Amino acid sequence: MKFIKIEDCYKVYKNGVTATAGLNLEIAKGEFVFIIGATGCGKSTLIKMLYREEKPTKGKVIVGGIDVAKLRNSKVYKLRRKLGIVFQDFKLLPKLTVYDNVAFPLNSMGAKKSEVKARVVKALELVGLKEKIRSYPNELSAGMQQRVCIARAMVNGPKLLICDEPTGNLDPETSKEIMNVLDGINKELGTTIVMVTHDKDIVNRMKKRVVLLENGVLVSDELKGKYKAHESI
Amino acid sequence: MKAFRILLRSINDGLRSIFRNFSLSTASILCSTITLILVAVAMVLSANVDNFTKKIEDDMTIVVFLDSKATSEEVEIIRNKIDNIANVDEDETIYKTKAEVKMEMQNESAIFNTVMGDWDEETNPLKDTFQLKVKDIEQINETAKEIENIDKVSTVRYGEGLVEKMVGAFKWIERIAYGAVLALILVTIFLIINTIKLTIFSRQREISIMRLVGASNFVIKTPFIIEGMFLGLIGSIIPVLVVLFGYTTLYDMTHGYLFSPIIQLIKPTPFIYYTSAILVVIAMIVGMIGSARAARKYLKV
Ligand SMILES: Nc1ncnc2c1ncn2[C@@H]1O[C@H](COP(=O)(O)OP(=O)(O)OP(=O)(O)O)[C@@H](O)[C@H]1O
Ligand SMILES: [Mg+2]
Repeated sequence: MKFIKIEDCYKVYKNGVTATAGLNLEIAKGEFVFIIGATGCGKSTLIKMLYREEKPTKGKVIVGGIDVAKLRNSKVYKLRRKLGIVFQDFKLLPKLTVYDNVAFPLNSMGAKKSEVKARVVKALELVGLKEKIRSYPNELSAGMQQRVCIARAMVNGPKLLICDEPTGNLDPETSKEIMNVLDGINKELGTTIVMVTHDKDIVNRMKKRVVLLENGVLVSDELKGKYKAHESI
Repeated sequence: MKAFRILLRSINDGLRSIFRNFSLSTASILCSTITLILVAVAMVLSANVDNFTKKIEDDMTIVVFLDSKATSEEVEIIRNKIDNIANVDEDETIYKTKAEVKMEMQNESAIFNTVMGDWDEETNPLKDTFQLKVKDIEQINETAKEIENIDKVSTVRYGEGLVEKMVGAFKWIERIAYGAVLALILVTIFLIINTIKLTIFSRQREISIMRLVGASNFVIKTPFIIEGMFLGLIGSIIPVLVVLFGYTTLYDMTHGYLFSPIIQLIKPTPFIYYTSAILVVIAMIVGMIGSARAARKYLKV
């Protein structure tokens, strides 16, 4: 069975907007998948359903054996602990050091201090930021902040890393560095990565699986794909 | 172990949050302080009123004098009629013949003893009596009248009229105090809800990130519940001191009774310790109710 399985998935928001309309998608363990498409086509909605920020209105979304639609609010944390999420706006806590930001998920699970330390150091090594462990987020460049965010997402050793435009706020050079970090995580740890992006250069250079959405449906799905925009349709 | 670590973190978070929203925390702490002082006053008052009304009720006896011509069958009928009055405590009704009354009085005083010494069954001017107790002292007047209406009953006498009026007044004060306390507790809960609401709003970002990284509802909620509990707890410090020292001082100054020796105060130990413990528990519960309500409403967990 595939790690992620989306079957005939519809998402209609309360205001009547249909964000996904009969989406089918399967992703295997260890894959690196780009989700692309014009703005408003439902990319964020799709990945929000993967981490149960939204529930599908109809159809199935299964992540690592968990049926997202059937997951109760009080049990959402069980899913979230199995995956890491990286955002365009980092979502770091400004009053906490890099160490405490990365340790945040472990601390809120009540992990042991010694274990927290070991894992945080490992996660920061993974993103190459060990020397900034005592800094505060506002003392770091945008690229470094994003690496902290990735470290936080990886600190719990998830099988899946979800990224919504992780390079959206970064210049091309920094974006490249971030992509190298993500590629490393995918290759070395075998972590499945699902990444939404608008960045044509990144998609074209990485030569990964590319899924194109349009008006909430999947219109193309290619291994080693290229960035396609509206002109292809 | 894991739950313990989470709890420690929650206590830390909760306490820090009290200082972060200092002015609002102070407001709700002050409000619970005032409320709890009033709760304490009401508790002390009602415990004392309870205590001495019980004592007065125990002492307060209705004495029923029977007609000297009443036959023993008639006495039995009267007894049934008296015991059938709802406010009469049947188990306490005592029948005494005039001879028994005479003996009792002779035993009590030497003067009576000499005066009554040569009364015999015929010359004894005393009367057979019933001595009885009422259940509700506030109704004693009505009960006395009811008994007086029974056939072959001559006069009914009972204790001082002032005392039972006072008991009635105190019971009213007690009721009003309870009403006020209830209202104040509601106000305090409301203030604590608002304090916690503000904390929740000020930590919205942190909470949403906690959710995203897989914190359970328990972990998210507990710091706020603990914060509310501490607000109540801090608010109970002054009221507890008031009870501990205030009541002891009052007791010493009044020598243990109010107005007249009939109205005895409860001895300070262990009374003040029980009362303080109850206050602390009420404070924590009020704090927790407030914060739990706020968490349910504003955390959406
Ligand atoms: N919470 C919401 N409530 C109502 N409508 C929403 C909500 N979130 C998204 N939408 C709508 O659903 C549609 C898909 O939105 P979504 O955020 O998935 O697009 P996207 O592909 O991520 O766009 P972008 O590339 O701009 O991030 C849009 O029309 C959007 O307005
Ligand atoms: Mg989006």
